[in-house]
Amino acid sequence: MSSSETVSQPAAGVHAGHQVDVRDFHNRARAAIHNPKIRQNFRKAMDGLMAKRTAAFEGWDLEALRDLGANIRLRALANLPDLLEQLEQKLTANGIRVHWAVDGDEACQIVRDICVARGAKRVIKGKSMVSEEMELNHYLEARGIEALESDLGEYIVQLADETPSHIIMPAIHKNTAEISELMHEKTGTDLSNDVEYLTASARQQLREKFMNADVGVSGVNFAVAETGTLCLVENEGNGRMTTTVPPCHIAVTGIEKVVPRLEDVTALLALLTRSATGQHITTYFNMISGPRKEDELDGPEEVHLVLVDNGRSSIYQDDQLLDTLRCIRCGACMNHCPVYTRVGGHTYGTTYPGPIGKILMPHLIGLDEGRHLPTASSLCGACGEVCPVRIPIPDLLVRLRQESVDGDKLHPARVPGHGAKRGRAEAMIWKGWSWMHSRPGAYRFGTGLAARFHKLQPGQLGAWTRFRTAPKLAPKTLHEQLKERNR
Amino acid sequence: MSAKETILNRLRHRAGGQLTAPAVDFSVLQRPDWTTAEKLDLFEKAIESVHGEVHRVTADGWIDRLAEILQSRGARNLLISGQHDLGTRLREAGRDDLPDLLVYDEPVSSWQPTLFNEVDAAITSTRGGIAETGSLILWPTVAEPRLMSLVPPIHIAVLQASELYATFHQAMLAQNWAAGMPTNALLISGPSKTADIEQTLAYGVHGPKELIVLVIE
Amino acid sequence: MVDPIRVYPAKPSKVYFYGTCLIDLFYPDAGMAGIRLLEREGIEVIFPDDQTCCGQPAYTSGYHDEARTVAAAQLGLFPQDWPIVVPSGSCGGMMRKHYPDLFRDTPFENLAAEIAGRVWELTDFLLNVCHIKLEDLGEPTTVAMHTSCSARREMGIAEVGPALLGQLTNVTLAEQARPEECCGFGGTFAIRHPEISGAMVSEKLTTLVDAGAREFVTTDCGCLMNIAGHAEKAGTPMTGQHILSFLWKRTGGEGGKRS
Repeated sequence: MSSSETVSQPAAGVHAGHQVDVRDFHNRARAAIHNPKIRQNFRKAMDGLMAKRTAAFEGWDLEALRDLGANIRLRALANLPDLLEQLEQKLTANGIRVHWAVDGDEACQIVRDICVARGAKRVIKGKSMVSEEMELNHYLEARGIEALESDLGEYIVQLADETPSHIIMPAIHKNTAEISELMHEKTGTDLSNDVEYLTASARQQLREKFMNADVGVSGVNFAVAETGTLCLVENEGNGRMTTTVPPCHIAVTGIEKVVPRLEDVTALLALLTRSATGQHITTYFNMISGPRKEDELDGPEEVHLVLVDNGRSSIYQDDQLLDTLRCIRCGACMNHCPVYTRVGGHTYGTTYPGPIGKILMPHLIGLDEGRHLPTASSLCGACGEVCPVRIPIPDLLVRLRQESVDGDKLHPARVPGHGAKRGRAEAMIWKGWSWMHSRPGAYRFGTGLAARFHKLQPGQLGAWTRFRTAPKLAPKTLHEQLKERNR
Repeated sequence: MSAKETILNRLRHRAGGQLTAPAVDFSVLQRPDWTTAEKLDLFEKAIESVHGEVHRVTADGWIDRLAEILQSRGARNLLISGQHDLGTRLREAGRDDLPDLLVYDEPVSSWQPTLFNEVDAAITSTRGGIAETGSLILWPTVAEPRLMSLVPPIHIAVLQASELYATFHQAMLAQNWAAGMPTNALLISGPSKTADIEQTLAYGVHGPKELIVLVIE
Repeated sequence: MVDPIRVYPAKPSKVYFYGTCLIDLFYPDAGMAGIRLLEREGIEVIFPDDQTCCGQPAYTSGYHDEARTVAAAQLGLFPQDWPIVVPSGSCGGMMRKHYPDLFRDTPFENLAAEIAGRVWELTDFLLNVCHIKLEDLGEPTTVAMHTSCSARREMGIAEVGPALLGQLTNVTLAEQARPEECCGFGGTFAIRHPEISGAMVSEKLTTLVDAGAREFVTTDCGCLMNIAGHAEKAGTPMTGQHILSFLWKRTGGEGGKRS
């Protein structure tokens, strides 16, 4: 297609198919909180995932392993441009074609061009968050190419015409009864609470699709530069099907997923599966280093890798924000997030929900559109505590809050859309607060006055007193009590 | 400028300047020197915990056990390699207690519907196993194509106990994978599964419903 | 990347007491209890009269210029090399963990780092520097403990509160579900996202009640005003106090003795 067909957007990577207004966070949060089904589905799932993670790391020196994971990722990022070139060279030598895309639209075009060149009409997909970020399905379907998800969770979400609510478990917001009804309505399966039956039905439907697919599209968990190897982590086997059965396999990945050495994946894999689902390892760890060789009997004839930037090289510029790119997409941060647990993944309105979404999405959609994301956190630190590669998520949230109000003259803001949340009234309040709290005399006078007139304190304090009584001013401040004591 | 040049330029001319790479220390992945028996016990425990089945057999007796297993499942046929020693031995065994032996010796395109709809079980070799995670190492080859371990509902894998490694890290270094990777390499740890419906485990969602390991001691 | 292992100082003869603005205005009794506990341990407590606020509210709201101005006004309050004790994991965390970042590339960089290294959360200080031995003089009771997220994760002292309560022979510590989960305070978070914060505090209160407690103690006044305020609004019989107030009262207040 010509570039004039792409819908121009204020920030890269947001498609015309993008229906959710990220800024409507509050309304969605309210709806989710008052939806007992959502609350229950997420609470139950997150409690289970947290317990499984803890059990999976028993007997490990977890802190040393997290150090290793973090250092592997940092080493990869330190040499990122060289590693990408090495990766391309190795993959090319192995027979895999490498493409580069500055943003999601460009990546979609590359995938479409490959399909068109092959006359492909049916694409089957393995789970890929980057393809969600690109909104590839909408893009292809708008251009007459069927794109069918094959990961069971993604398949369910696609049947429901929704987006994933979790990066590892896309359909975690639904319970069995809801899924049964959905499958019944869309595919004609019987209504049943038997998960085996529902799974078997999906298997049957998807097997046909695998056989007839022209192209398989997958993501990549790690791309190894030294050997030119694309690694995929999965349990279902749909990833293997996607990358083995159709004659052409297109892998899409963010440019940050490269690691220098094959050895690196052993540690990252150990961290990834345990952090994500509490598994010691997933059923399949699939390492692809080339298309089918001439004498081989199966495997794709053509393998492509699309390296997608989509804002990552911009994140890469800043020493602190760079840590965002360490992420290996395990989802542990959302599993442990008390906010995510309450509101669920769809409330965020972004491809990546939860803590990682809050620090990543502002770069992709801009801080103007994503203005509520950094504030939707109590900064409790649970995310940073469990991150397998030690991303200091709370610190990055604070940094993005600063960026969204242009709050630091010493460190000018650089994220797209920065300053969008700076309001005159709030800025004045903080200025006044700063004035008083940097003048001890004024502070003592003001607090003393408040204490003296504590009985006149208003009982209603806006949002605070919707769920709580107002804190009661003491009749005498600590300052005053100590002054009296020392008299 | 091409997309590649644009991206690499931005990465190379980083506003924050050159980054320094930290040292990495893999010692946390080290495990004690387990004996083969210890490794086998660990392997068995790990793979059984994810619904895999382990049979300890002898080099002479594995076909007997295989026949029993396939009979107990009512398997009508068994997909075998056309070139690998395993396939050859099964064909030459001339046993009537084995089901029909199907040989994978043609490109998949010529018989895909049969493979997807008619084959009940397949048997492959392995390049070893991993004790800690209960994983099988498979490097599909011309002799043992990729789909053998993926499409039929039952996958039977033959593992030499002497080829068990403590960890993935150890296996990779011992077999010097970094020197050259095959087109496809796999770790398989149990049958295909999903928990995408309300965290309830279900097996055989896309790949095999059963993974049976014959460990030759 | 990893916090250095805390090396506790020898028990000093004097400490600076940094009271925090919430204690100053709303919970001065907790501050007095902390001071008295320290004094009972034979430590002279210096309260710099010019202290106001650590700057955290502006810092976490993104107004770093304003936070820096206020924080800078605190940096001159601790000229001697005595430890600085703070009856709050949150303010302690701000001073210990975030001051160095806040003042990086400023003339205060070295001073901020030096001060950060001297900051101790008060219960941690009582337990691990003073090696306090508490003699329980109160009636048998059951109490739940909520350790603030900053005390737990920034200061790394999750075990301190339960250890101190464990010294009180007549106090049973109620076992709660998800003790590590945030109560939903989060400073301005409670105002900016009232519904989410409300859902969090409501569940926290439920776990405390389900634990079989009618009262709870906490390391931080933010959590205290959140949980206790919610209980009061909801009419749930659950009262809360700062752990320092509780420890001081249980051990007899002024009349209490050290064993």
